[in-house]
Amino acid sequence: MNLEPTEEQKAIVAQVRRFVREEIVPLEDKLDPDASELAPEDHARLVAKVKGMGLYGLDIPAEFGGPGIDMTTRVLLAIEMGQHRAGLYVPCYGVFGAAGLAQLYEATEEQKEKYLRPMLRGEKKGFFGLTEPSGGSDPARAIKTRAVKTNDGWVINGSKVFISGADKADFGLVFARTDPEKGRGGVTCFIVETSWPGFHVRRIVHTLRSSHYATELQFDNLKVPDTAILGELNKGFAIANERLSRQRIPYAAQCLGPAYKAHELALDYAKQRETFGALLATRQAIQWMLVDNELDLRQATWMTLAAASKCDQGVPFRMEAGLAKLVASEAAGRVVDRSMQIFGGYGMTKDFPFERWYRELRIRRVGEGPNEVQRHVVARDLLGAGLK
Amino acid sequence: MAIRMTKPWTPLAPETVKKLSGQLGVYQLADSKGDVVFVGFAGGRSLFGLRGEVEKAMKDPPSAATQFRVEVNQQYTTRYQELLMLHVHDHGDVPAGNVGKPLPKLGRLSPA
Repeated sequence: MNLEPTEEQKAIVAQVRRFVREEIVPLEDKLDPDASELAPEDHARLVAKVKGMGLYGLDIPAEFGGPGIDMTTRVLLAIEMGQHRAGLYVPCYGVFGAAGLAQLYEATEEQKEKYLRPMLRGEKKGFFGLTEPSGGSDPARAIKTRAVKTNDGWVINGSKVFISGADKADFGLVFARTDPEKGRGGVTCFIVETSWPGFHVRRIVHTLRSSHYATELQFDNLKVPDTAILGELNKGFAIANERLSRQRIPYAAQCLGPAYKAHELALDYAKQRETFGALLATRQAIQWMLVDNELDLRQATWMTLAAASKCDQGVPFRMEAGLAKLVASEAAGRVVDRSMQIFGGYGMTKDFPFERWYRELRIRRVGEGPNEVQRHVVARDLLGAGLK
Repeated sequence: MAIRMTKPWTPLAPETVKKLSGQLGVYQLADSKGDVVFVGFAGGRSLFGLRGEVEKAMKDPPSAATQFRVEVNQQYTTRYQELLMLHVHDHGDVPAGNVGKPLPKLGRLSPA
């Protein structure tokens, strides 16, 4: 397997690296350390610049107007785009555009016209409503939200939690149980408009990621038409599952962006900071921390690229995606932790980005499927039919 | 945690403001009737945290504010947005003192 980037990939990566260092990082010096938005005029200016670079809408398929990049290039770019304070969850403050809800690429033409295309033009926003108070790691069994058939559509009752962006969205994908007897075969995905009566954002859920909140939703006799079903009746779990596997690869890469930056800062600091008459870089304790950072970063990067390579080849990649997410999220946490230690007291302050990365990276071991679930997925693939 | 701030109001005066901590958090200012006229936060770049921010407000009180209350909160960014969204839910708009100032993009909240 050749994981060496092509010349074209190297050129794009260098371009994005310059963009992050020259355009994004200087703006952050004036923002609150927990900011997740740029000033509107800065955002518009940088979006225009990214469009000029031909990289707007990185995750949008070429047939819908995106640049049509492969997963390997996407991984390399994700690592670069995350190398700033807000980079873990808001790489480049969203100026590279968002793909929105990938599930809508499989929607009917009518649904695409109503939801997907306005979303890609930036006119509408959507949310992904899967996790419930009863659990998120096992959606097939945890989903208690019910959709009951009526003469002219469906009525949905239930709740969702840890849902991002629902309070600002125009519509969302809501997974509800349509056949209580069938487990994962009894879940359907509905496109729900947030202006419909019965849709409520009940509260904000504050987390370690203090720059951004999740929401808790309630559906109170929410009436939806038959045309709101995305895909087929009782086939919603497949829609959710497809996203969960594929998404793990860029999710892993995003973890590595701040970790690379933390390591770079720690290396520079170790070469400048003196203690007891000698540079930190001369201390074996510090050297070993830096070497361990290097090991973590290389292992996680190669495993993430290996998953991306399989994905690009069109061969099954579920195990590789799970391993990449697992290794990258844990390695990145360790790298940031060691880098903070090298920085000493300053590493704990809001003067530097470490504390934000440290808090936010902790979430990555739970988000997009907890690492214990990734291990379960890998074990299932390793043991196959032998696992009962 | 209650989503609305319910602490009693404190007069916006030098002797009360100087007792505030320098921590991160959110604060509200109110007029003499106790109606909220401004929501703000003390973030990572605020000099002297809540005390510094409320001192600034005291020197030039927005919308004739005469009282304040604070909440020490590490999640000051999302809490600030939550308080603004609650005000929009309850009163149809952000507090008078926040009008015309840079605001984050606010969502819609409909608490039970």
